[in-house]
Amino acid sequence: MYRVGIDVGGTNTDAVVLEGKTVLAGVKASTTEDVTSGVIEALEKVIEASGIDRQRIAGVMIGTTHFTNAVIERRHMEEVAAIRLGLPSGAGLPPMVDWPDDIREIVGNHGYQVRGGYEFDGREIAPLDEDEIVRIAGDIRAKGLKAASVTCVFSGINDAMEQRTKEILQQHCPGLPVVMSKDIGRHGLLARESAAIMNASLLSLADRTVAAFGKALETAGITAPFYITQNDGTLMAADVVRSFPVLTFASGPTNSMRGAAFLTGLKDAVVVDVGGTTSDVGSLSHGFPRQASTTVDIGGVRTNFRMPDVFSIGLGGGSLVVEGDKGVTIGPKSVGYRVRQDALCFGGSTLTTTDIAVASGKADIGDKALVAGVDKALVEAAAKKIDAMLEACVERSRISSTPVPVIAVGGGSILMPDKIGDLDVIRPDNFAVANAVGAAIAQISGETDRVFSLIDGRTRESALAEAEAEAREKAIAAGAVAETLEVIEREDTPLAYLPGNATRIHVKVVGEMGGHGG
Amino acid sequence: MVAEPRKLKYDEANLRTLTVGDLDALEIGAGILGTGGGGNPYQGKLLALEAIKAGYELKILGTDQIEPDALCMSIGGIGAPVVGTERLREGREGLRCLRAMEDLIRQPIDAIVCEEIGGANAINPLVTAALGGLPILDCDGMGRAFPEMQMTTFSIYGHSSTPSVMCDLHGNAVIFSHAVSEVWHERMARACVVAQGGGAMLATAPMQAHFVHRYGIPKSYTKAIALGQAVIDARKAQEDPIAAVCALEGGRRVFNGKITDLKRHLRGGFAVGEMELAGFDDCTGQTAGVAIQNEFLIFRRNGKVEVTVPDLIVLLDVDTGYPITTEMLRYGQRVAVLAIPCHDLLRSAQALEVVGPKAFGYPELTFSPLPSIASQAA
Repeated sequence: MYRVGIDVGGTNTDAVVLEGKTVLAGVKASTTEDVTSGVIEALEKVIEASGIDRQRIAGVMIGTTHFTNAVIERRHMEEVAAIRLGLPSGAGLPPMVDWPDDIREIVGNHGYQVRGGYEFDGREIAPLDEDEIVRIAGDIRAKGLKAASVTCVFSGINDAMEQRTKEILQQHCPGLPVVMSKDIGRHGLLARESAAIMNASLLSLADRTVAAFGKALETAGITAPFYITQNDGTLMAADVVRSFPVLTFASGPTNSMRGAAFLTGLKDAVVVDVGGTTSDVGSLSHGFPRQASTTVDIGGVRTNFRMPDVFSIGLGGGSLVVEGDKGVTIGPKSVGYRVRQDALCFGGSTLTTTDIAVASGKADIGDKALVAGVDKALVEAAAKKIDAMLEACVERSRISSTPVPVIAVGGGSILMPDKIGDLDVIRPDNFAVANAVGAAIAQISGETDRVFSLIDGRTRESALAEAEAEAREKAIAAGAVAETLEVIEREDTPLAYLPGNATRIHVKVVGEMGGHGG
Repeated sequence: MVAEPRKLKYDEANLRTLTVGDLDALEIGAGILGTGGGGNPYQGKLLALEAIKAGYELKILGTDQIEPDALCMSIGGIGAPVVGTERLREGREGLRCLRAMEDLIRQPIDAIVCEEIGGANAINPLVTAALGGLPILDCDGMGRAFPEMQMTTFSIYGHSSTPSVMCDLHGNAVIFSHAVSEVWHERMARACVVAQGGGAMLATAPMQAHFVHRYGIPKSYTKAIALGQAVIDARKAQEDPIAAVCALEGGRRVFNGKITDLKRHLRGGFAVGEMELAGFDDCTGQTAGVAIQNEFLIFRRNGKVEVTVPDLIVLLDVDTGYPITTEMLRYGQRVAVLAIPCHDLLRSAQALEVVGPKAFGYPELTFSPLPSIASQAA
């Protein structure tokens, strides 16, 4: 049996076929506006290149940076009614208070603060102001908003007010998708609320994208189940993504870093993944991406997902090169997947970083003659700027002054010099499709997150063991190989004033996919 | 009737107005001095930024630049940090404390004093001062973060903190007209804050400026801003931010480790816990433990106590140099542990009674001070 990994980036759609630990084939196609045709093209190419029987595909694992890119580029985001339940708490810090101005404007800055919410011990801060929710529903209709998010203070302890708000909104606005923060994030109101708002703003894009993936596989005659990778490098069922697109945030970097480790066999390195629109830089430590210890910025917005510590900049193979009053600027705007039509070296009329790489002799793609007319001084200034941008993020991601190799992956890595500062740059075989390799080797997880009462001789230690056993069972049921399971998250948060000394335990285990004869 | 303009007890020329850049540095510096506690200053910074946007100014004044008899009101937040990151403040709790105090004593307050420079309490009093149109003095009562109110140098050196005013986000205002001791005041306020939902602002009885000048931990704001700026500058110059912090405060890096176990629980409004670390780099093969009571209190290496409160035990992200608070602790996190000597005002016999290991339930431990900055220089 084979595993197919597909990575849908802003510019390229890559696909690989793996048999066990062997990469049978890796191909690239261009990402298309409709997503579907690019995926079909990549699938057909990789099936042909590997010569496999498509009926013997055990599963298709898709990684996509589609949703992260939407936020970074501020595109495809719908306006959202951002409702918070908790007044008078938080009155001075309205929803989206710490967002960059431009993205707050794009999601419409429709923040609503309503009386409600819970105290840490489960009492109400105030009863839910249902009349106000009805009024907001009227506002949503009047403004024609397509989605809402609702975030209640301490919804992790009691989600009744979020549920009730969703109910009222849907009564008055039939069909309105309402994202409840309790489904998205953890403790920490502002970061969880921001994640819920972003999730709501991406719902229509998620719907279109998942439908497109499904259609692509159907067209290619593949009947195997498909999964989408989430930010911790594990898989989720495709349908779940329709409701929770933000859980795919940063899955691209996780995939490319795990893919880079797999392809090089290196365990400690800096990985630079240059895509069409962005570059992601992170550190591999013991073969795994180093996790961010604090909040993580997505397009300038703080969230509290558990994510790899990856630094993203708006520099990719399709980034626009613009000469202005203050010198040359590069990105963050990008022609993205249209680079093969729009870039000068491909006969287009837009000056991109790829043209700079071709004009300066670093890369040999497209038609070199088409960039001959670009001003030499501009090429030099832009090339210098690109090197400086890459060097700055590599330096930021270095764990220590000990020199480690830099692994360059991604289709845009033609922009990378052979040396960054004192560090050597390595380009593994299949470097261009590391993302897809990472998706193909993505693991299965099992998770337990519930309250345990410490009574009848149950101790914190035995409850932790119980939770771990539950999580392992779930992972094995989802297709993981028992011997490969390891705990990646273990947290316990005791709850005050609950009978029997209760504690909320969160355990997550991951392991290799198996059991399908692969 | 036109109210008489208030007579200022200081020269406005001596005020330093904080910039947005200062606030960024203060957020980091206050986090470092928070020794894991005091709550995340981020939320306070957002409130301060909103105040600046609304046209208010954040002004700092030296303790020697105000008339000795000026009335200074110390203020701080009280409650569990874990609660504060989820149930945000309303924003004007401190201003309500100020107005209630002025009503109570029938005199205007001249300046605001910071109870605790560590954590969120560095910025909360700034917001109070800004909204109230007052300056804040460049000092504080702890030089770090401590979990209880009797642990300020003001209380330790004889100031009675009642009558006090305590305001929550609901609009409740509680006045403690008299407490027979500082510990009683703390005990009653702590019971009150649990009823108020785990967080409130509390303003203590005003002090005269000469007392604040004598017993406050000096230059807290300038120091915290400098610490944060050192981290920002080191990162910009791609130098080691942890070394920069140590150099500025006479501290040393005692451990590099990964969190292997974490126990936390809420007890009467406190986040109490214990954390275990497995060493890496030069600490490979060693283990360490850190005891938590809202702040990091005790550092042990291989089971043996090496650093105790009131000296500062600070956890920084091993790569970025950013401070890690107790509520940010996660299994698997990689941290550097720093030990920084506390101010001499916290090392007298009188002070150690209140803020030494014994006061935190470790009667078997004696405080053995880290070499202070002065003695290191000598």
